[in-house]
Amino acid sequence: TAIPLDFDISSPLTYGTPSSRVEGTPRSGVRGTPVRQRPDLGSVRKARQVDLHSDGLAEDVVATEQSLGQKLVIWGTDVNVASCKEKFQRFLQRFIDPLAKEDEDIGLDLNEPRYMQRLEEINVVGEPFLNVNCDHLRSFDENLYRQLICYPQEVIPTFDMAANEIFFDRYPDSILEHQIQVRPYNALKTRNMRSLNPEDIDQLITISGMVIRSSQLIPEMQEAFFKCQVCSFTTRVEIDRGRIAEPSVCKNCNTTHSMALIHNRSMFSDKQMIKLQESPEDMPAGQTPHTVVLFAHNDLVDKVQPGDRVNVTGIYRAVPIRVNPRVSNVKSVYKTHIDVIHYRKTDAKRLHGVDEETEQKIFTEERVEMLKELSKKPDIYERLSSALAPSIYEHEDIKKGILLQLFGGSRKDFTHTGRGNFRAEINILLCGDPGTSKSQLLQYVYNLVPRGQYTSGKGSSAVGLTAYVMKDPETRQLVLQTGALVLSDNGICCIDEFDKMNESTRSVLHEVMEQQTLSIAKAGIICQLNARTSILAAANPIESQWNPRKTTIENIQLPHTLLSRFDLIFLMLDPRDEAYDRRLARHLVSLYYQSEEKMEEEYMDMAVLRDYIAYARSYVNPRLSEEASQALIEAYVDMRKIGSGRGMVSAYPRQLESLIRLAEAHAKVRFSEKVETTDVEEAKRLHREALKQSATDPRTGIVDISILTTGMSTTARKRKEELAQALRKLIQSKGKTPALKYQQLFDDLRAQSDTAVTKEMFEEALRALADEDFLTVTGKTVRLL
Amino acid sequence: AQNVPNSDWEKKVTEYFKEKLKENNATNWVPSLNDVPVHYLKPNSLVKFRCMVQDMFDPEFYMGVYETVDPNTNARVLHFGKYRDVAECGNFSWYSSLIFLQEIDLNSSQTVTSERQTFYCVPVPGESAWVKEISFLTELVLFVLNPQFYAYISASQARVSPSTSYTPSRHKRSYEEDEDMDLHPSKQKEQHIGSGGDIHGCVEPKRLETEASAGHHLISPNCSPPLDLNFPLPGEKGPACLVKVYESWDSFKVNDVLEVYGILSVDPVLSIVNNEERDSSALDPMECMDTAEEQRVHSPPASLVPRIHVILAQKLQHINPLLPACLNEEESKTFVSNFMSELSPVRAELLGFLTHALLGDSLAAEYLILHLISTVYARRDVLPLGKFTVNLSGCPRNSIFTEHIYRIIQQLVPASYRLQMTIENMNHSRFIPHKDYAANRLVSGVLQLASNTSLVVDETQLEQGQLDTTGVHNVTALGNLITWQKVDYDFSYHQMEFPCNINVLITSEGRSLLPSDCQVHLQPQIIPPNMEEYMNSLLTAVLPSVLNKFRIYLSLLRLLDYSISDEVTKAVEEDFVEMRKNDPESITADDLHRTLLVARFLSLSAGQTTLSRERWLRAKQLEALRKARLQQQKCVNGNEL
Repeated sequence: TAIPLDFDISSPLTYGTPSSRVEGTPRSGVRGTPVRQRPDLGSVRKARQVDLHSDGLAEDVVATEQSLGQKLVIWGTDVNVASCKEKFQRFLQRFIDPLAKEDEDIGLDLNEPRYMQRLEEINVVGEPFLNVNCDHLRSFDENLYRQLICYPQEVIPTFDMAANEIFFDRYPDSILEHQIQVRPYNALKTRNMRSLNPEDIDQLITISGMVIRSSQLIPEMQEAFFKCQVCSFTTRVEIDRGRIAEPSVCKNCNTTHSMALIHNRSMFSDKQMIKLQESPEDMPAGQTPHTVVLFAHNDLVDKVQPGDRVNVTGIYRAVPIRVNPRVSNVKSVYKTHIDVIHYRKTDAKRLHGVDEETEQKIFTEERVEMLKELSKKPDIYERLSSALAPSIYEHEDIKKGILLQLFGGSRKDFTHTGRGNFRAEINILLCGDPGTSKSQLLQYVYNLVPRGQYTSGKGSSAVGLTAYVMKDPETRQLVLQTGALVLSDNGICCIDEFDKMNESTRSVLHEVMEQQTLSIAKAGIICQLNARTSILAAANPIESQWNPRKTTIENIQLPHTLLSRFDLIFLMLDPRDEAYDRRLARHLVSLYYQSEEKMEEEYMDMAVLRDYIAYARSYVNPRLSEEASQALIEAYVDMRKIGSGRGMVSAYPRQLESLIRLAEAHAKVRFSEKVETTDVEEAKRLHREALKQSATDPRTGIVDISILTTGMSTTARKRKEELAQALRKLIQSKGKTPALKYQQLFDDLRAQSDTAVTKEMFEEALRALADEDFLTVTGKTVRLL
Repeated sequence: AQNVPNSDWEKKVTEYFKEKLKENNATNWVPSLNDVPVHYLKPNSLVKFRCMVQDMFDPEFYMGVYETVDPNTNARVLHFGKYRDVAECGNFSWYSSLIFLQEIDLNSSQTVTSERQTFYCVPVPGESAWVKEISFLTELVLFVLNPQFYAYISASQARVSPSTSYTPSRHKRSYEEDEDMDLHPSKQKEQHIGSGGDIHGCVEPKRLETEASAGHHLISPNCSPPLDLNFPLPGEKGPACLVKVYESWDSFKVNDVLEVYGILSVDPVLSIVNNEERDSSALDPMECMDTAEEQRVHSPPASLVPRIHVILAQKLQHINPLLPACLNEEESKTFVSNFMSELSPVRAELLGFLTHALLGDSLAAEYLILHLISTVYARRDVLPLGKFTVNLSGCPRNSIFTEHIYRIIQQLVPASYRLQMTIENMNHSRFIPHKDYAANRLVSGVLQLASNTSLVVDETQLEQGQLDTTGVHNVTALGNLITWQKVDYDFSYHQMEFPCNINVLITSEGRSLLPSDCQVHLQPQIIPPNMEEYMNSLLTAVLPSVLNKFRIYLSLLRLLDYSISDEVTKAVEEDFVEMRKNDPESITADDLHRTLLVARFLSLSAGQTTLSRERWLRAKQLEALRKARLQQQKCVNGNEL
């Protein structure tokens, strides 16, 4: 910025008492620290103070000031500078709220006055900005808050004054770049861009949105420097509402029109134009998003990039389009913009971890009450699951699974013991015949959750899922664009046609599904992004129809390493059952004639469901109770036992983790802070149900977890080994022949074996023997070693 | 207007106009921007415009009430700013016949800031020529009253293309005709509707003229590169308009079809202000908040994109001018019941007509009727109900057959578009609307269509080849449109979903690569030696009055309600269970879905609003026939291989 530091103070609102300024001993403290103009507040108007008791103007003033002694208010407002300052100082010195937790609060003692600690921080760090949460101010002094919202242009300088007085009182030797500027944020006035209306003009507002464009830096003149061409007399003129009143007469020599503007002695400040667009979540369906122009000043320039989601606090302005004296008629439209006072990025944090609180949806008290009431219903679990995608018929357990996925488990942090974060997200895979409304279920979930992403395995590439680096055409700057997985952080990523996804794309998912992070090393950018996303995938069988004689892995041909990362794998098959058909028919027929209103009556509103989930996700964090832990241990031991009888492993720690997550999610459904045995029971049931569908060995009919964990059932492995041994015996029986014909050997084995031996099985057996260094296969001959 | 503002005043205005427009066909008296070029319309007069909301701009704050000061006398006057683009400060004095310049007092305490919303509207995309013609002709009554409009009519009657050089002399020359029309306006009107061929003679020059005038403005020095008027479909003509809405703008959505009545504003000052701004923007940073690009798009020259300040706006259920606009009113009820009484002959005739068009294939014709009256009537969470995409396979390749099928559909439905699926087209055209942040507008694409538009996708044109990224996106978008009846508009940082209701008919050789609800394989009975001649004769053979009946039939049946009684529900249930028992492999839930749809449209096409047992059986029968054909086709293909 081009502000000279030794600039003499001509602003009408200089901070500090006038008397102290006159003395002007060049020391540190208020006197030594330069004032910096606040273009974010607009040109500081000559704030006329009006005596309430004087005649004439008194009726223009809303007289709400309580004390009769304080009669001076700023013209057009009810703000009395002295009392306002005093109140704010009291606020700074006394405001304590141990409950108000914020993400910036690291290192703050919540039982001490919060803002005094902030001032101390300023003294240490030297950044002369004091961010004040309006919500705190409101709880401290409702009236002061109202004044701040209604007359920010007048009140904020008063706050500046108050803050500086306290600061330099405490730290008289502190040297700052310029005097402290107070930046209020989180004004409750407006949250949504759509609700801005003419009444908000000149008020302090907070809105959220996404940055879509930012301009280059614009130098804006703050003060013009004029010099008389005749006598070299100089004068400074301040900008008043975007205009400079050019002096027509030189005060010194009385020559008219002799004053010329000297550019490089004028004062400029940085300014940037930013376009903010409504966040997609705030928009009513079927309309296009609104945009609003922001002006950022000085150090707020270049603080945000296109694509960032921000909460902006600022003053809403409407400027009439310039009246041109030559044209009698002018456009009767105003241009509106917001002068930014404070930015708060919402998604920057999301990428770096820590916090969810800033994104929390604000629920009204009635809504919370309603949701809590709902949670007390004994059948809430069934209710919610039936409210999920009502147009899809039955498949109750799948819906329940998805419901638990929507709630998710509790997040646990074990970073200090070196194990990192435990995954709290539940991943679900749906496999089944085509046309069993898998896609429809995915579409529903995608539409339900705020951070849902929907991709199709066929069309997506690894790049589209993760992140890619893009060169911004305007700034020529490299920008990291995030893909579906990162975008659905804290949400659900729905992947349709999972089986059609190519290998390299799928490999990305390995990291995401267990570590919940994404590592990127591309174009010089190396970083790890959080992708705490639940994955809901749908896969079709390789053959057009599900083959019940094959295992899940054989049917969908997905690597078992990936499959084992799914907590629940469901089969969506077409049941062949008369009663089912009948119910299905009734359901479908009703779809074709019921009116929309009637349908809505029957089921829980999608909005209620959405709020219910959002509330549970952000406020309920259940912990395991003693009994529940015991029940979980038992369940796990039981699962292990089933297998050990037949000499196979039937459960792995991964399954235990899944059980815990499911139990936690079920507790969340009840809004319960404790995981009880009932939750574990349901988790067990659902888990077993899913296993029964997906991990049943079609040859034996026994549920075998190793189908999913190793890709092969234990019996199949056993059979494979047996065949290899049989082959070895066969070869050995042939005596000392160094080489055998491939086809010959295959035929011999077939003849000898009592079960059918396919070519694949034969080759597998050969491979097994080759691994044992018993033989090698070269072309059509088999050589013994 | 020098009174203190009260909100009653504003309410009374809309009520007054609402009442006035109800009186004896008054709506037909209001000149329409769809039919009359802008330069023939009087500025600041009442006009109407039938249009689709293409984009919504940001809300606008304007001076609802403002005060002017006379610099000489210091006299203060209050003005209203509503329904205007420009704040007038000139005050005409009747005594001295002089205009006194006044200044607006921007700091006046009397100033009231109000809010309005601007919609960028375009004529309904793909609107059929007959819709334009008929609604134009019903307005012919106008020229009895409005000499300006008359001048235009007579000019175009005389087959002159006056463009911008319209002079009163032409008005005089056609005076005789004027009288003639005056005497028999209704007769004239009938004549025109009656004779389809004649219409072109009178409308064609008008269109040429619109084009010419638009072209004229495009090359005017004011805006050197031509302004893209952002029509969704290529080759569209007609005025685009900035529609300013003063109340309940939240109720309108993008792609809604509206009829607006409002005050036309083509004040040239609008363009001047533009220039001023552009000049001064270099100096004043406050005004460079919009880019030049945005300026161009958001305040185009008024002569090219006029403004309408809306007094009344209503969403249209349909744009068929042969039908009453609103079907719930008493008057229209008699119209509906009259038409319903003679429904079956119309249906039979239509079926015959379409059978001929489809080379004698009556099954395909039956399905085509069902397709044409289908509409998304509800959405069950994400599932659109009532869409009926038909894939007409077996169309002869590289012949003009598909083109003619489209021409026939165009004659029947109010809005349609033929999408030629060539590699070239898929890779290079803009299907999905996307947001241009530089100009801050939604750049339209082919898939931005109004509800109930018929989209005929011609896959016979597709050759083997490589689709690029755009191509893949386009095909995906088309698939999504068919399956979910929604288009995801591209907002570059995110996508936004816009539900739609578009009837998609796919013509292809084999099974289409796009998803469809039902595939009908064409089995031509006749192979005309000259397709061109055959098809042309088909259209000329049908009487215009009959054609109009077809049009009413197809538009009206879409709007009917429908229900299924408990009894029939039971029967359907039994039937389904039975079918599953016999053949569980081939009968799936999807088949039931489809058969129910067919039954629905079959009932509606016969004018019945409930499902009867017979219809259900007939629907099953149709489905069986259709499936048998597909099976047969598979066998044929198998043998060939």
